Amino acid sequence: MAQPYKPSKLPRHELPCLDPKERIKTFDEVALGFSEDEAVAEAQRCLSCKNSPCAKGCPVEIDISAFLEKVAERQFKEALEIIKEKNNLPGITGRVCPQESQCECECTLGKAKGGQPLAIGAVERFVADWCAKNGATPAVKMEPPNGIKAGVIGSGPASLTAAGDLARAGFDVTVFEAFHDAGGVLLFGIPEFRMPKSILKAEVEYLESLGVKFAFDQVVGKSVFVEDLFGPEHGFKTLFMGTGAGLPMFLKIPGENLLDVYSANEFLTRVNLMKAYKFPEYDTPVKVGSTVLVVGGGNVALDAARTALRLGAKQVSIVYRRTLKEMPARQAEVEHAQEEGVVFKLLRAPVEIIGDARKNVTAMRFQEMTLGCLDESGRASCVPIEGAFETIPCSTVIIAIGSETNTICSDATCELEVDKKKHIKVNTETQETSIDGLFAGGDAVTGSATVISAMGAAKKAARSMAAFALKK
Amino acid sequence: MVNIIRKKQLNEVIYEIEVEAPQIARKGRAGQFVIVRIHDRGERVPLTIADLDPASGAVTIVYQVVGKTTLELSRLNPGDIVKDIVGPLGKPMELDKFGTVVLLGGGCGVAPVYPQAKALKEAGNKVISIIGFRNKDLVFWQEKMARVSDEVIVVTDDGSNGNKGFTTTALQELIAKGVKIDRVISIGPLIMMANTVKVTRPAGIRTIVSLNTLMVDGTGMCGSCRVSTSQGTKFACVDGPDMDGFDLDFDEIMARNRKYEPEERIALEKYKHECQCEKAMKTVEKCA
Ligand SMILES: Cc1cc2nc3c(=O)[nH]c(=O)nc-3n(C[C@H](O)[C@H](O)[C@H](O)COP(=O)(O)OP(=O)(O)OC[C@H]3O[C@@H](n4cnc5c(N)ncnc54)[C@H](O)[C@@H]3O)c2cc1C
Ligand SMILES: Cc1cc2nc3c(=O)[nH]c(=O)nc-3n(C[C@H](O)[C@H](O)[C@H](O)COP(=O)(O)OP(=O)(O)OC[C@H]3O[C@@H](n4cnc5c(N)ncnc54)[C@H](O)[C@@H]3O)c2cc1C
Ligand code: SF4
Ligand code: SF4
Ligand code: FES
Repeated sequence: MAQPYKPSKLPRHELPCLDPKERIKTFDEVALGFSEDEAVAEAQRCLSCKNSPCAKGCPVEIDISAFLEKVAERQFKEALEIIKEKNNLPGITGRVCPQESQCECECTLGKAKGGQPLAIGAVERFVADWCAKNGATPAVKMEPPNGIKAGVIGSGPASLTAAGDLARAGFDVTVFEAFHDAGGVLLFGIPEFRMPKSILKAEVEYLESLGVKFAFDQVVGKSVFVEDLFGPEHGFKTLFMGTGAGLPMFLKIPGENLLDVYSANEFLTRVNLMKAYKFPEYDTPVKVGSTVLVVGGGNVALDAARTALRLGAKQVSIVYRRTLKEMPARQAEVEHAQEEGVVFKLLRAPVEIIGDARKNVTAMRFQEMTLGCLDESGRASCVPIEGAFETIPCSTVIIAIGSETNTICSDATCELEVDKKKHIKVNTETQETSIDGLFAGGDAVTGSATVISAMGAAKKAARSMAAFALKK
Repeated sequence: MVNIIRKKQLNEVIYEIEVEAPQIARKGRAGQFVIVRIHDRGERVPLTIADLDPASGAVTIVYQVVGKTTLELSRLNPGDIVKDIVGPLGKPMELDKFGTVVLLGGGCGVAPVYPQAKALKEAGNKVISIIGFRNKDLVFWQEKMARVSDEVIVVTDDGSNGNKGFTTTALQELIAKGVKIDRVISIGPLIMMANTVKVTRPAGIRTIVSLNTLMVDGTGMCGSCRVSTSQGTKFACVDGPDMDGFDLDFDEIMARNRKYEPEERIALEKYKHECQCEKAMKTVEKCA
């Protein structure tokens, strides 16, 4: 039954969270999920808008009002079926999508004065978690095996999505991953307290149950080449390249190679993948001083800052060139970080990292900035305030200013066309690259983006790959 | 997972193992390395491909016991399994007909020098190898080096083999004698590589060193292995490990390699302690 249109009378349900004082002592998930009743009540707020503005905000256009309707009727398995038509990993996107700038941003409920958008992500997450917990796996349509080999390079969200769709389409799928485990950024980047690894593990096991094979420790472009994979020995008819945007960028300022300066990638990989937070039970160490400065303003910076707190840092600050408003990080994460005690030092641009004779970091120097007019990207530009500098004492610096494309695979595949930024060039309708049979998607094509956009591109690629391989 | 097929102790701290890794054996080139992770809780450690046999699929690794992982590795035997091995990583060495090339191998560094000497010889260069050890009991692979070199000079720190000196002093002597050297390759402890450059820079001989920085992924993803050069920061794992010795800040590299010393000590002590417990447990079991 549709609800009367009184958005302000129906407050949005917010996800309950662990107490900030307690949660910074552990890596347990911060945001607890909705209860069944909360999820249903939240879904019942939906107005079933005719033109589905929310779906247009979702990069893969999930039929949001349809799945919310099922939730409102407590038909959770059916709700999952609807989501899964477009999104293979709702347990993950429900947690990590920047909903406030995607689906929820377009929600009619939020447009009314004083109205709050529907908590679409939280409900999506609930559906995934409920079905996983209750063993309610929606029936998947599996095509009979067609005996054709399809290969997937990388195992991030794009690759996992392509692998799943190809397996369901009847292909014999192998995933080639450089690391010793699957998941890409979901594994080594996004921390446990934001997205428990158990969800990823369940998804990988599910793919295995569909017949997907995982070949780890395989750096394509070093251990094996694309041409080998297409060649007679391996015999892949089509390949998907989802190698991500893995190369950390540095600031190119003095002092950057001092001992206590980490890239966020290294810091998070040591902790998440190598489990340095359990050192010495695990062999890989990580070092966090008492005062930590994290440079950057995206999700990566926030993840690094909150991880540093959990590793025992006394004071952690995020230093960002612009203001909170321009920060690309998810809003919910900024709020969580603030609750946990992360300090935001804004309008400061790094100039130099200062060290002592033993090359340990002692401080960092910043240029103070002010906001200027809008730049091409529509964001306020930042302008240095002449002569205004600040030196902030610190013992560890983590640099989280973005990443570039990992080119090991594309460099070794000479006929592959890439653009100036080394992003793989594709036909955006089909995701096909300049090489016949090779398709690509995710951060390797777009540069650092989001989990859901990587998955959306992969779904498109999987369809084109199936068409390509079956045609020939 | 890879099998260890052969193991040999070369001296009191250095071991040679052969693992079954056909793919790496086929693709590997001189100058490249692998990353090994012994078990699920293990660290990822980089080790140079010291030799390989594409026909049998065997890859030879020579390592020195310096900490927990290498100690643990030294306790594995043929038939045992190593959880992960990934490679070949890094750039292959620069190979050409340079003329006369002098290779310096210090201690464990003799092993990574071997494939480079072999490749250079095959490419038609005159190869002079200088290998150095602390004393004569530690000498290994002298024969093997002789097979791929026109001349091998063995030096020891204490002179116990009758030829006292460092690899760099032997190099200095060659230069002083007027031997025309077109390129020097130096692989060993950082201090030896730094000292090599001190000898070759005044002589203007292009010098390549092989960096052994700390690494995590080995594919350019983390920046742990980064070093400062005149062209900005470079990553040893993807831009190297071979690098132009004249363009490096060895003080910085040495300092960065010591970053985790206290933690490494903790890991090693904990492991030694556990091993003893294990031994005690085994004795207890046997008695029961
Ligand atoms: C710390 C962090 C936090 C983030 N938080 C969010 C968030 O909250 N919400 C959100 O939507 N997005 C977030 N992102 C961005 C998001 O994770 C990425 O956009 C997404 O993971 C891209 O997926 P992908 O499959 O294209 O690549 P990746 O996830 O990068 O996976 C690429 C995989 O390919 C492998 N690979 C690379 N080269 C080779 C090769 N030559 N051979 C074999 N394998 C190779 C890599 O090891 C890796 O496993 C975050 C990113 C980071 C780093
Ligand atoms: C490209 C590359 C190739 C290498 N090839 C070889 C090889 O063929 N044989 C070999 O024996 N070693 C090689 N190394 C060094 C080897 O990786 C380290 O000795 C090993 O990681 C030590 O691990 P551990 O746990 O036993 O000791 P740790 O407990 O990690 O360290 C113990 C001691 O060794 C030093 N150390 C740690 N890591 C390194 C390192 N990467 N390089 C130098 N010193 C280090 C520490 O400062 C400390 O003093 C190579 C390193 C690189 C980067
Ligand atoms: S996938 Fe992301 S953007 Fe799409 S509906 Fe779900 S939470 Fe919103
Ligand atoms: S825009 Fe909001 S209210 Fe309208 S259908 Fe979508 S979720 Fe429901
Ligand atoms: S080891 Fe990670 S970038 Fe080189």
